[in-house]
Amino acid sequence: MRQPGAVVLECEGLRRRYNGTTVVDVDHLELRTGEVLAVLGPNGSGKSTLFRLLMLLEHADEGAIRLNGRQIKVGDREALARMAGVFQRPYLFSGTVQGNIEYGLKGIEPAIRRARVERVLEELSLSALAGADVRALSGGEAQRVALARALVLEPDVLLLDEPTATLDVTIQRRFREDLGRVARRRARAVLLITHDAADAFALADRIAVMQRGRIVQLGTPEQLVLDPRTPFVAAFTGAELLLDGHVSALDDGLAQVRVGSGSLWCTLAPETTVALGQPVHVAYRPEDVALSRPGVHGTSARNTIDLRVVGIAPAGGLVRVSLTGGIGLVTSITRLSAQNLNIELGSEITAHLKVAALRVFESGEAK
Amino acid sequence: MGDVVRLSLFVSLTAVAIASAIAIPLASFVSVSRFRGRNILVALIYTGFALPPVVVGLFVYMLLSRSGPLGGLDLLFTPTAMILSQAIISFPYVLGVSLAAIEAIPAEVVLQARALGASRWRAIYTRLREARFGIVASVVAGFGAAISEVGSVLLVGGNVQGETRVLTGTIMLETRRGNFGPAIAMGLILLGLVFMVNAALMFLSKSGSTPRAREGQR
Repeated sequence: MRQPGAVVLECEGLRRRYNGTTVVDVDHLELRTGEVLAVLGPNGSGKSTLFRLLMLLEHADEGAIRLNGRQIKVGDREALARMAGVFQRPYLFSGTVQGNIEYGLKGIEPAIRRARVERVLEELSLSALAGADVRALSGGEAQRVALARALVLEPDVLLLDEPTATLDVTIQRRFREDLGRVARRRARAVLLITHDAADAFALADRIAVMQRGRIVQLGTPEQLVLDPRTPFVAAFTGAELLLDGHVSALDDGLAQVRVGSGSLWCTLAPETTVALGQPVHVAYRPEDVALSRPGVHGTSARNTIDLRVVGIAPAGGLVRVSLTGGIGLVTSITRLSAQNLNIELGSEITAHLKVAALRVFESGEAK
Repeated sequence: MGDVVRLSLFVSLTAVAIASAIAIPLASFVSVSRFRGRNILVALIYTGFALPPVVVGLFVYMLLSRSGPLGGLDLLFTPTAMILSQAIISFPYVLGVSLAAIEAIPAEVVLQARALGASRWRAIYTRLREARFGIVASVVAGFGAAISEVGSVLLVGGNVQGETRVLTGTIMLETRRGNFGPAIAMGLILLGLVFMVNAALMFLSKSGSTPRAREGQR
């Protein structure tokens, strides 16, 4: 992660209600020079409303937004001139690619305008399409034009609302690369709103996880993966949850949790205290479950369980294997590993899970 | 003959220009407004498509007749009276069709324009520009409704030769006299005029650039 710079955009006590329901309730969020901050949350978590509030497209019911230390609100032309937004759909204006990219540069000296347009066209590999009619563009090209149209403004803050949501997987990857490469160069700071953890993990220096209008955890991608504060954060960043556990033993920051008819030694989440017999959730990441041929014990992992394969689902280059036998687990392994272990439906297998890979949460915590 | 064609064009083009000057900004306003009774207002606008020209003529006649509220202006049986009634007839067409055209362009286009630093007015103009084909179509529809109507121009214009006689009035008169040849010729001239005006408007709206905000692929 880069060294954080000065605060560019921040909000304090920001609230927005629709028909009595609070959809955004953010106590504090700040975006610093040079960073990409992702706001990650499921649909309906209030992130698009947060985007519109920060982009000054909608009034907040309460709270303050500051740009470079100055309080700003809807209708603030000077602030709008320093920000640029990219939406989920590109909404290109009729005409040419170049015409679109020039849209926000009204009033800028023609020579400077030309130079800026040419530079951003080149950076996003759009030079050959400069004169093309926007109707002739593919979805990925259209979204790149939308990005170029915002970046050419060289804004203090670039805000993006689900920019990859309408793109197919291969184009998403290309768009992410373009965004990661050019956005930091042309914008002082970037705020990325997304429901896609892949976007957030690929691009962001820090991630704010949003749930029901609130930011439930803010940290680096590593912190979210290694130290999720709630089962929701764990699940949303790719962990699997075991929901029906009870604490059966405690030992110096570790808890043995009885799940189904088996048991697992787990690490307690920070600031979590549990008592014997207490119902808990256990989170683990499928990629942390190692497999071996049946009966191979004696590894360094404290949890070694003999299980049976009940599901095999290819997922890209990996294979997702569902296991059962006392405890139900899911694991992600490479196709080569699956082949070497002769994994097939009904086959016996031994799973190994390190204590650090299992995280216990009190079951009262919101999922 | 030339006078009749000139007067027809003058009256109908002026009428549709007045109607458009009010209806297009109003359509733009209605498209971004959310208020109680909005749906009823929109239904009323579309009901205006079925407004019988002769009823509009009657209304304008009563307004401008000596005993009417605007009787003192002495406008009855003048081209001004005909312009007024045709403006009222074309108004719902321009309003209704342009409203549908503007609403077909996502409101997010305005937000996107603002998110690129556009002023409120420029953002609204951007959406109108995206809808320009539909807006031109609304003007074309309004012009067609105005120049082809006969009921109101006869009532408020009086079909006075050399003063208020337009193409539709002439067709009516010649048909009554049994002069079908000239009547048919006038009818063809009327259609030709409408075609030329429409073609000119369509050409103007196309010279510029291409239609519709692209929304990208879902």
